[in-house]
Amino acid sequence: MKVWIPLGSVLLLVLALPQLGWPYYTILMLSFFAYATALLGLNLLFGYTGLLSFGHALFLGLGAYTTAWLTSVWGIRSMEVMLLTAMVVAVLVAAPIGALCVRYVTISFGMLTLAFGMLFYSFLLKFYHLTGGDEGMRVLRPVLLGCDFSGMPKLSFLIGPYYYYSVAVLAIATGVMWRLVTSPFGLWLKAIRENPVKAAALGVSVRRYRWYAFLISAAYAAVGGALLGPTIGQVDPGLTYWTQSGHLVFMTLLGGCGYFLGPLLGALVFIYLQDALMTMFPYWRLVFGAMLAVLVLLAPEGLLGLLTGRLGRKTVRAAVS
Amino acid sequence: MILQAQNIAKAYGEFRALNGVTLEIAAGEFVSVIGPNGAGKSTLINVLTGFLTPTAGRVYFKGQDITGLAPGRLARLGMARSFQLVTIFPGLTVLEVLQVAVLSRLRRGGRLLASLARDREVTAQATEVAELFMLSEKLGMVARQLPQGDKKLLDVASAFALHPEVMLLDEPTSGVSTREKHTLMAILVAAAKRIGIRAILQVEHDMDIVFGYSDRIIALHQGRILADATPQTLQENDDVMRLVVGQQGRPPGFGRST
Repeated sequence: MKVWIPLGSVLLLVLALPQLGWPYYTILMLSFFAYATALLGLNLLFGYTGLLSFGHALFLGLGAYTTAWLTSVWGIRSMEVMLLTAMVVAVLVAAPIGALCVRYVTISFGMLTLAFGMLFYSFLLKFYHLTGGDEGMRVLRPVLLGCDFSGMPKLSFLIGPYYYYSVAVLAIATGVMWRLVTSPFGLWLKAIRENPVKAAALGVSVRRYRWYAFLISAAYAAVGGALLGPTIGQVDPGLTYWTQSGHLVFMTLLGGCGYFLGPLLGALVFIYLQDALMTMFPYWRLVFGAMLAVLVLLAPEGLLGLLTGRLGRKTVRAAVS
Repeated sequence: MILQAQNIAKAYGEFRALNGVTLEIAAGEFVSVIGPNGAGKSTLINVLTGFLTPTAGRVYFKGQDITGLAPGRLARLGMARSFQLVTIFPGLTVLEVLQVAVLSRLRRGGRLLASLARDREVTAQATEVAELFMLSEKLGMVARQLPQGDKKLLDVASAFALHPEVMLLDEPTSGVSTREKHTLMAILVAAAKRIGIRAILQVEHDMDIVFGYSDRIIALHQGRILADATPQTLQENDDVMRLVVGQQGRPPGFGRST
C-alpha cells in the first residue's frame, strides 16, 4: 500500500503541471508519455521475457509514420483511429519479424532486431514517394474523441487537450500492462526469462510465448510512436535510426528493467536530462555514455533499484516485480 | 504399454550415445536405468522427453508416436521430467514455480489479462503439491535462496505439479546428502501415489536406491542395453554387476536382504 502514496502524488503533479506556467517543460512531458508507453512494451520483452531488442525504434517509427500517413495522405484525423491503426500495423509487421527473431535468442536476437530496424530506416529513406525520404512527413493536428481543436493555438492544444489525452493513453497502457504482467501469461513470461529449458519441461511453448511478448511490445511501441507524431508534428527517418533503439534500451536500464515502473522513471530522467545537457554543451552523448558505464557497474538495478534500496527494498519490490 | 522406445539411436558425429535401444514401460512400473558415466542414460531421458531428436527409432506414448514432438507438447500430453542438475526458476518464489506447472496443466497460461493472484484454484493446487513435498513453509521464498536439498525437491515437485501419467527422473537424488536421499525417495513415491502417476522411469547412480525401489532395472553400457530385468535376476548377472554396478560399489545390504 505504501506504493500508492508516492504514485498518487506523482500523478497529481503530472495533472497539475500544465497549470503551473512552464509550457516548455510541459511540452517535454509529451515526449515522456510517448516514450514511457513504448518502454512499457519494450520491458515486457526485456525485463519480463528476457529478450533484448535493439530494433524497437522500428515500431516507434511505424506508429509515428502511421499518424503522418493517416492525417496528411488519407485525411483521417481521429486520434483513436490512429492509435488503433498503429497497433494493427505494428502487429502485422512484428508477426513475421518476431517469428524469425524468437528462433534465435541472446545476442542473435539483439542483432536481428537491429538489422530489421536498419532495414526499415533505409526503406523510409529510399522510398521517397511513400515516406517523404529524409524530409519525412507532416503530422496534422488530430481530432481527440471527436473534438476538433483546429482553432486553438498550437501550444495551447499541446499543453491542453493533447496533454491530458496523452496522460490518459499512458494510464490505460500502464493499467493494461500491469494486468498482463500479473496474469498467468505474465508468470509464464517470467518463467521463460528465468529458465527456458525448465519452462519447456513444464509445458510452456517457449517460442510461441516469446512471440506473443514480441507482438505486444511492438504494439506498445507503435502506440508510443503514434503519441509522439502529433507532438513533433513532422516525422522523419531519424526517429527509427538505431541510436533511437539504443536510447530506448538506455532509458530502460536507467530506470531499472527489473521493476514495473523502472522504464517510466528512466524515460522521465532521460528526457529532461537530455534536454538540459543539450542546451549546455554539444557532447551530451559523452555524459550518457559515462552514465551507462557507471550504471552497469555500480547500479545494475537502475535508478529505481537505488531508490528502493534505500526506502526498504522489500515493500516496493513486492509491489512491482 | 504406456511408454515404448523402439531401436533408438542417437549419434553425435562419430560418437554413438545410443545404439539401438528398445524398451517398454508398463503402467504401474517403477523402472530404473543404470550404467556408468557416458553410457547414454541422460541422452535416453532427453530423447524420450523430446529434448533431443533421435537419429533413428521411434518413441510411443500411450500408443501415439511422439518422436520429435517438442518438450512442451509432451509435458501437456502427460509426460513430465526432472533434471540431473537442479533446474528451477531462480528468481521466482516457490509458489510461482509450482504455479507455472499448474497453469500448464489447467491450460491457463494463455490468460492474458486475468489476475493470477485471484485464481484460487491455481494457488490451491500449487499449495497442495508444496505440501506433498514439505515445501509449504517456504512458498514465499525465492527459489534461489532455498537450501540445496529443497531446490532439488522443488525441481521434482514442479514436475509432479503437472500431474503427469509418466514421470522421468534424471538422478533425483544427485547432489543430495546420503541421509536425505531416502527421505526424498519416500516423499517422491508417496507423492506419485497421491497424484496418481502411472509409471516412473528414473536414472540413478545410487545402487541402494535403485535396488530398493525398482520393479525392473535396465542396465545401459556404451549406448546399448546390457540387461533389462528385475533386481533379483540382475543380481545374478555377473556381467552387469561387474560392468555396471561394480564400478559404483555393490549395493550395501542388498545381498543381505535376499
